Amino acid sequence: MVKVYSTVTCPWCRRAKQFLTQHNIPYEDLDVGSNVTARNEMVKKSGQLGVPVIDIDGEIIIGFDEPKIRHKFSIP
Amino acid sequence: MYDIVILGGGPAAITAAVYIGRKRLNALLLTKNIGGQVLETMSVENYLGYSFIEGPELIQKFDTQLREHPIDIKLGYRVTKVRQADEHFEVDTESGESFLSKVVLYTLGKRARRLGVPGEDRLVGRGVSYCAVCDGPLFAGQKVTIVGGGDSALEAAYDLIKMAEHVYLVSLTPFTADPVLVERVVGAPNLTTFVEHIAEEIEGGEFVEAIRIRDLKTGERKRLESKAVFVEIGLIPNSEPLKGLVTLNKWGEVPVNTCCETEIPGLYAAGDVTDIPEKQIIVACGEGAKAALQASKYLQKNK
Repeated sequence: MVKVYSTVTCPWCRRAKQFLTQHNIPYEDLDVGSNVTARNEMVKKSGQLGVPVIDIDGEIIIGFDEPKIRHKFSIP
Repeated sequence: MYDIVILGGGPAAITAAVYIGRKRLNALLLTKNIGGQVLETMSVENYLGYSFIEGPELIQKFDTQLREHPIDIKLGYRVTKVRQADEHFEVDTESGESFLSKVVLYTLGKRARRLGVPGEDRLVGRGVSYCAVCDGPLFAGQKVTIVGGGDSALEAAYDLIKMAEHVYLVSLTPFTADPVLVERVVGAPNLTTFVEHIAEEIEGGEFVEAIRIRDLKTGERKRLESKAVFVEIGLIPNSEPLKGLVTLNKWGEVPVNTCCETEIPGLYAAGDVTDIPEKQIIVACGEGAKAALQASKYLQKNK
């Protein structure tokens, strides 16, 4: 289960979502700009206030950390 | 030992990699990420072929084209030092791994300048942000501060007055942004400007709570309650790994000639990290292409 905590204006968030789509990885997109519950959840999980935050089966990745995501899904 | 290592992942680096890929050299692109500063903007309106394209779309296209070429790509690496050893170069990275290459193409670009005030480092990602466009919406309905007086600060102010409860704009100097950008925000009911004020400290426990500023003319100090501090005070070149190897100019940029050569034979540089005038995506691409062609000629000659 992949969750992407993002804002609508954030280019890195867009890039992260593009990457997941491109590699056929389904994800839930949570807009932390408008969804306060999601914002609080993101802060609780990541301990910080910057986007994107990507939750992959409970592993929290702060920022669009492409090597980590590639590693997690065994994408060369 | 590689023939050529390209350091960086922005437009100069990617263009260079495409050109190098066509030369069938043993090449490596070593970078933290693909995209660089382009991914700090949502709209690009002056890259030929597109009247308008979003930064992430443009980078996706660059990335796709890059991966059509036979070049090693290593992501997640931060370069700490470039050294010259005998007839080759050694590139050190934060992870401790080093890479050897006959030629180095240095295209590490620029990064956001930090304020350098107490509290800043500790509160990065906790309300201190260098990407207002990314993190701005997180502070909808709250009080926020922007530090800076140039185009990027005034653009951030324009975006933030639409969503924040109140925006404080603190600038060390009179605004240097384009007048059109200043005019569209000044007078907004939820904006207070502090021109010729210096940021002295960012306060907060777990997250940012306030910023302390001082009036440069009167010396008067103020404390502004803010949930966020967006630092938009320009960019500095990522040239530290070259210190001691090449003489940087007074802005820390890497001097190059019209062939993208540095003072060290075999060390090429291109894009925003260099002393060329005009930092633009299309200029960086052009410089990257030129550097790659010049570097491959150098390799031919010095076989």
